[in-house]
Order: sequence, then structure tokens, then C-alpha cells
Amino acid sequence: MKIPASFDGKTDASSTEIFKASRRDFLKIGGLFSGGLALGVSLFSCNEKGEKTATLAPNVYLTISSAGDITLIAHRSEMGQGIRTSLPLVIADELGADWSKVKIVQAEGDEKKYGNQNTDGSFSIRMFYKPMREAGATARLLLLQAAANRWKVSVTECDTQNSQVIHTTSGKKLDFGELVEEAQKLPVPAAANIKLKDPGRFTMIGKATPIVDLHDIVSGQAVFGIDAFAEGMKIAVIKRCPVVGGSVKSFDDKKALAVPGVLKVIPIKGPGLPATLSKPLSGVAVIAENTWAAIKGRDLLEVQWDLGPNATYSSAEDIARLTKEVARAGTVRRNRGDFAAAKAGAKKVIEHTYIAPYLAHATLEPPCALAVVKDGRCEVWACTQNPQGARDILAETLGIPVDKVKINITLLGGAFGRKSKPDFMLEAALLAKESGLPVKVQWTREDDLHHDYFHALSVQRVVATLDAQNKLTGWNHHIAYPSISATEDQSVVQPSDGELGLGATDFPYQVPAIRIETHDAPAHLRIGWLRSVRNIPQAFAVATMMDEVAEARGVDPVANALELLGEDRNLTFEQEMGKGKYPNYGESITDYPWEVARMKAVIQRVAKEAGWGKKLPKGSGLGFAAHKSFLTYVACIVEVRVEAGNKIVIPHVHYAVDCGTAVNTDRIRSQFEGGAQFSASLALKSAITVKNGQVEQNNFDGYQLIRMPESPKEIHVHIMENQAKPTGIGEPPVPPFTPALCNAIYAATGKRIYTLPIDLKG
Amino acid sequence: MALTKLTVNGKVYSVDVDPNMPLLWAIRDVIGLKGTKFGCGMAQCGACTVHLNGTPVRSCSTPVSVVKTQKITTIEGIGTPDHLHAVQQAWIEEQVPQCGYCQSGQIMSAVALLKQKPNPSDEDIDTYMQGNICRCGTYQRIRSAIHKASGLLQEKKPVKTTPAPVGK
Repeated sequence: MKIPASFDGKTDASSTEIFKASRRDFLKIGGLFSGGLALGVSLFSCNEKGEKTATLAPNVYLTISSAGDITLIAHRSEMGQGIRTSLPLVIADELGADWSKVKIVQAEGDEKKYGNQNTDGSFSIRMFYKPMREAGATARLLLLQAAANRWKVSVTECDTQNSQVIHTTSGKKLDFGELVEEAQKLPVPAAANIKLKDPGRFTMIGKATPIVDLHDIVSGQAVFGIDAFAEGMKIAVIKRCPVVGGSVKSFDDKKALAVPGVLKVIPIKGPGLPATLSKPLSGVAVIAENTWAAIKGRDLLEVQWDLGPNATYSSAEDIARLTKEVARAGTVRRNRGDFAAAKAGAKKVIEHTYIAPYLAHATLEPPCALAVVKDGRCEVWACTQNPQGARDILAETLGIPVDKVKINITLLGGAFGRKSKPDFMLEAALLAKESGLPVKVQWTREDDLHHDYFHALSVQRVVATLDAQNKLTGWNHHIAYPSISATEDQSVVQPSDGELGLGATDFPYQVPAIRIETHDAPAHLRIGWLRSVRNIPQAFAVATMMDEVAEARGVDPVANALELLGEDRNLTFEQEMGKGKYPNYGESITDYPWEVARMKAVIQRVAKEAGWGKKLPKGSGLGFAAHKSFLTYVACIVEVRVEAGNKIVIPHVHYAVDCGTAVNTDRIRSQFEGGAQFSASLALKSAITVKNGQVEQNNFDGYQLIRMPESPKEIHVHIMENQAKPTGIGEPPVPPFTPALCNAIYAATGKRIYTLPIDLKG
Repeated sequence: MALTKLTVNGKVYSVDVDPNMPLLWAIRDVIGLKGTKFGCGMAQCGACTVHLNGTPVRSCSTPVSVVKTQKITTIEGIGTPDHLHAVQQAWIEEQVPQCGYCQSGQIMSAVALLKQKPNPSDEDIDTYMQGNICRCGTYQRIRSAIHKASGLLQEKKPVKTTPAPVGK
């Protein structure tokens, strides 16, 4: 659901089934919470002694047994954001369950049963906070009614706490388990009768709750994709065509097959072009008894490639071409007023070109998946963000019904959007089918960096005009990057509305003339989405240019942003977008308005907390950026110290965040801490370059990530307290950090940054 | 292929593997201990860190043939699920992990650091831990947890047992 129909104009026509909006389907299922559709309320199972036991399961997300065991379903994928904890705790809080005793079970991939499981786009909490509250509240009401009936008292005199129903006036208590048999006979209450807890009575929501997998992780027992195991399992490592769109011409597997432990060599047919967001690349797989033998065998494969039309592609040449391209007039995607007139009448024109490279996800756990294909069924264990999308495409590819495909979701050793794509799961399933063996496909780091769905390179030109009174009169933003949609449809050469809505067309400042133009940039790699997607380059250009605008106006950057945001009101953009749509992250602008007051509040908060305006020693500086993404308001101040002319030290980062109702404050903090580091990697270290259609970086020596000595030292996260609808926090920390850092470097050194990654030596 | 004896966490395993096989794959694929992770295969990220006679090595780049009689310790061998090592306990108290994938390697490096320098400064920590990448960016909490573990180890009190985790 990263680019559902409502989010990306191109998707309906160009995407495979798996990327179509599954959201609306879920909302229909969501009707079970609102329309009084009674699901199987009463279930019976047997305990170890073979006795029939009752189970209360008023919805798919929780069951309570008559023994008092509470099982909560985690149906979204865990990749470090803490969702296996944060959604179940919402159920537990509403229910009044004893958290220390609940059991969390990871759901298998089944959209019909669990609703949307595509864990992407920072929307797990946004989409499921209310359904989870209702799930807990429904079970609670049934238990309260059962207790009230037994005690012959009114339900209003009863409450739940620590997995017990309490009669508040007498102090009588009954364990949940003792009430299950009666509760499961009661009709599931209609939504209108479900009373949600008063937020003042929350015991967990809004507080810090440790993640449920903490103990397993630190003791080495947590199961990631790489740890999946099946009896008789073999390992496959694949040599893939180094150029996207190329294919295997011929191969010689003699030497590979001679490696002890190597069992089979099997070619994989690729889709050619378009490369698609789902299909495996063309390659040759080596299946072996263990990973090392497979890697050795793969190294000894001799493959002749037909490299295809991308074999002459060079990213350096592409940047040079796009730099010329953005200097011209483009396709207007948002227009307000008359920019040409603003420019003609300007006293000062500031104009710069901003360049950012391809980026790889580089999840520390490379993609991997285990598949067993047998007797017309397929079972997969994988570190997948999108189990149900994968399930559909696996069924289609294997030619079996969807209900014969079972997807088990392990923990994800990092994901950042990479593991939304099912290509590695398809590889495993195709090889399992072909070989008749349980096969785990293991990507190496080289595979991961060479064959990612890359964050696209970008070239942007921004022109800002000031009049004689130093008023910002015009804003012209030119944008060029290969679109994600091009991976499915090569005729797409310009950014989609969805991509532009990530920090470009939603430019929030009050400027009389705004013109946003896009340019042709065909794709030559598989383009995907990386944590916060196009917000990364678009926030970099917008928020660093805003710093220059403030300077040119002679206004403090924070004051400048507050002034240009203008009066407290809700913003709309679509009326200035011609036929274009403003996606608003898939939500209606009525349900989730762009609220200027909330943006101003985070800016004021971060300025106060960071001591904005304080004097720093020579060579140090503070930089500011504010950026709303994924419906979450964020402002960021970075403190930088530049040593020996080019060594960048980041002693402090301050974030103020308004994500509405805070669910798990510790995971909000940790996502912001990590988001700053993630952004620091792309600001300071990382770049993928391409020559002859092939990625030039092989491992972490070439594609560098931030390490502890250069990492931001102290990241301070200030969470705004309110009861607005909760919004996500996985991606919003990333966009504002990099421009805030660039602005801090300017404050410290007087050097402006226009190219990423930052290089102060150049 | 050659029959080799490996002593892992005090237990002797006879494995019949290519002597050039990196220790990582012998531990994971042959012996079946999965806590040690693969991240890069060339000693760039530290996810595969184990100890040989107490010294941290990157097992992805250490051939089985060089191990000989050296005692191998993995994440599974520094504590038990009920009695965690002080470093693991500190990791829990500081709530370090996000995805958790790199944390076995981070913890193994931290254990070795604290043996060498019981009272490390921030700078000591940054320098020693620079071979371990955390893509989720938990560095700030790793630093705090190492300081905390340093304190726990010097209290010389038995490390308290962690309560049974939720969901188990």
C-alpha cells in the first residue's frame, strides 16, 4: 500500500495486483467493529488433558481462554519500529489485561482475516489504533456483562484491571478466565454500545513500554528471516544479471557443481523490462547444503549475459543531463500567482541546484526467504513487510489458489521499504518448486547493494525571489528523478502526484507566487521506496533554501518559518494543482488536515528546547528545519561542530514531534533517535553510483553507513501532548534532519551544501 | 572437506566442513546456533562477532581452519536466558534494540570492550565499537548501556534475573 491508487496517480494502471489499495478492503472488514457483524464469538478447543475449554474470541485480534490465557495477535511486520508491541498494548489497555502475562502471536499473511498487513508508509498506528481499541473494548464489555450477570449488578458498577473484572462498590473480583464461558455466549455488542476508555484512564497508551522481543533479541534467540528453518532445507545463492533488464544468455555450471555440497544449478527467468516491483531478476541459482558452499559455487558459475539496453547507463552522466534539464521550463504541477512576474519584479533572486544520489536500503539482514512447495501448496517463512501482497503474487506465479499459500512472518532485520517487495520470496518459491527441495534463498551484501530497488537519484533547482521590502514573492521548484512507477511502466518519466506530495507540492509557506515544475527522468534501475521516500531530497532542497531565504531577508530562520507559515488555519493544495491530486498520504484532507497551528507549535517547542539563538564557540552552529511527512509534524535543530576544517561532529539533535496521541513514547523516541542516524548516513556517507549499468559499490567499504564515532551523540526527542488522531513515526524523523544539519554547517562554517552526501573537502 | 573439532560455548562439536568455510557458517548452518548474524561477509559490519579465547573476531572472515583449539563463545554462551550477562541486562534496561539484528554482534563487542577497559569513556566506546554497524541507529543507547553494564559489572553483585518476557 505504499503507492495505493489514492496515493499515486499512476498505480492503478501500472502496478501489479499486490500494490493496489488494500486499504478499502480492510475498511469493509473494519465494519465488524462498527456495523455489528458478529464473527465467531464462541470457540471451543481442548486443553492438554483433552478437556473441552471455552475461548472468548470476539474478533480476530484477541482470544481469552477459560484458563485465563490472553493471546493478542500482532498482524503487522516488526522491523524495529516496535509495532509487535505498540498495537497489542492498545488492545491490552482497553481490555484491562495484565500485560506481563499476555501472549503475542504473529499473524500469518491473511488479508481477509486480519485486514491490511502491508507494513509500510508509517500507517500501522494511524490505521489500526481505533480498531485495536475497539477490539479490546468489545471483549471487555462482554466480560463486564458476564460478571454483572453473575453478581446480579449493573455493568456500570464493574471495571477491568489486571485481567480481572472488579465490582467497584463491593470490591469483588473475578479473573477473566472464570468469565469466558459465560461471556462467549453473549452477543457481540454493536459498535454504538462499545464505550471506549476515557484516555485519562489509560495505563499503557501514552507511556513507555519495552518491546516484547527485547529478551529474545539480547539473548540471541530472536528468529529473523535468516534463521528460518525447515527439515531438509537447502541454501540457494543467486548470480543475478548485473544490469536491470538484462538476461542469461548461457551458463556453464561445471565448476560450480564440483564444489562439495553444491547440489543443483537452476536458472531463473527474469521479466526483462519493465523490471517490475515484484518479479525476480534474471539469474542463475546455486543450491547447496550450506550457505558457504552455495556462495563458493556461485562464484564459480560462468554466465554469459545479454545485458540489455541499460548497459550503457551512467549515473554521473544522468546527473549532468538532469542538471541541464531542470534549468529549462518543465511540466507545471502546482501553480499559484505569477512566478514570472515575481521574478521580473524581484530585487534579489536566489537560485541553486540540489543533487542527491541513489541510495540503497542496506538492511543489516539482507533479503532472505525460505519456501517449501509440495503437493499443490506453498509455505514461506520470510522477513517480509507485505505478506499478503506476496501471498497473492506467489499464488499467481505458482498457479495455485491463494488459500494454498501460507506466509509466516519472521522478525525483519531492518526493512526501510526494501522488504515490501516479494522478489526474494518468489525466488525461494520458484527454486523450491523446481528443485523439489525446501529452499532458503540467501542474498549476500553484494547482492543487496547491486540489486536493490533503489531510492532514486535526484536533481532539483529552486528559485526564490525577494522584493525591495525583502518579502519572499516567488518560489519556483524544479524537480527531476526517476519515478517509482517507472519500475512497473517504463513510459512513466516524471514524478507521480504521490511522489510530489512528499514534500514538494505540499510546500506550506505563504508566498504569492509558487510554481512547481517536473522534468523527464527515465528509470534505468529498479526504483523503490526508502524510509520517507521523496521527502528526503525534497525536504533537503526546500528546507536548505528556506534557510537562505531567511538570511537574505535578514530574518532568523525560525522566525522566518513561523512568519511564512502565516495565520493558524488548515492548508489545501489541490486547487493549485490543475488536474493533479494531492495525496495526503492516502487520507482525506478533511480527516487529516494540514494544520498550521500544529506545525508552528513544534517549531516553537524545538526552538525553546534546543536553546535556539544561544551563542556557540567559533566553528559550531545550530541549524533548523521543519517538515511534515506522513501526517506527522516535526521540527528539528541540529548542533554541529566542524573540526580541522572538514570533520563534522554532531553533539546534539533536538526534535519536536506532534504525532497526535502518543501510543508508546519509548518507541517514538527510539524511532527519532534512529531516524536521525539514518538521515546522518545519507547526509554524510552514502551514495550508490552506476557505470555501464552496474552498481559500483559492493559492500560496506564502498556503500558507507554512519558508525558510532561520527554518529550524532545525543538526540533529544520532545513529544507534543495532545489527543489528536495518532499518526506514524517510522519515517517522519528522516526528512528534516539532513537540511537542519546542512543549515548548521552553514552557521558553523559559512559553507552552503547543495550536493549529498556532504563533502566539506571539495 | 575435513573433520574438525570446534569448542563452542563449552561444548565440543565435530564438524565435517571445508577448512576455508568461515566460522560464521559453521556456527549457523552446521552447528545450528543462530544468534550470530550474517551482515556483510567481509568484516565490515560486526554482526557476526564472536569470541575466540575471549578475543572478539568477525566470524564471517575467520576460516574454520584457523580456530583450532581456541574456545569459541557466541551470544548464546555469555549468559543463559534466565541469568543474562550484565551487558545483556544493561541492553534490556536501556531498551537498546530496534530491529535487533546487529545486537548479538554489538553485545559481543561490548563484552570484550569491558573486559579490556572496565570503565570506558564515551570516546573509548566510540572507537572500540566502530566496527559494528547498527542500521537502525541505536548508537546512543548502546553507549548508555555500555556505561550501565560497566557499573553492573563493578558492583560485583550477581546480575538479577530478568522477569519472564511477555509473549513467552
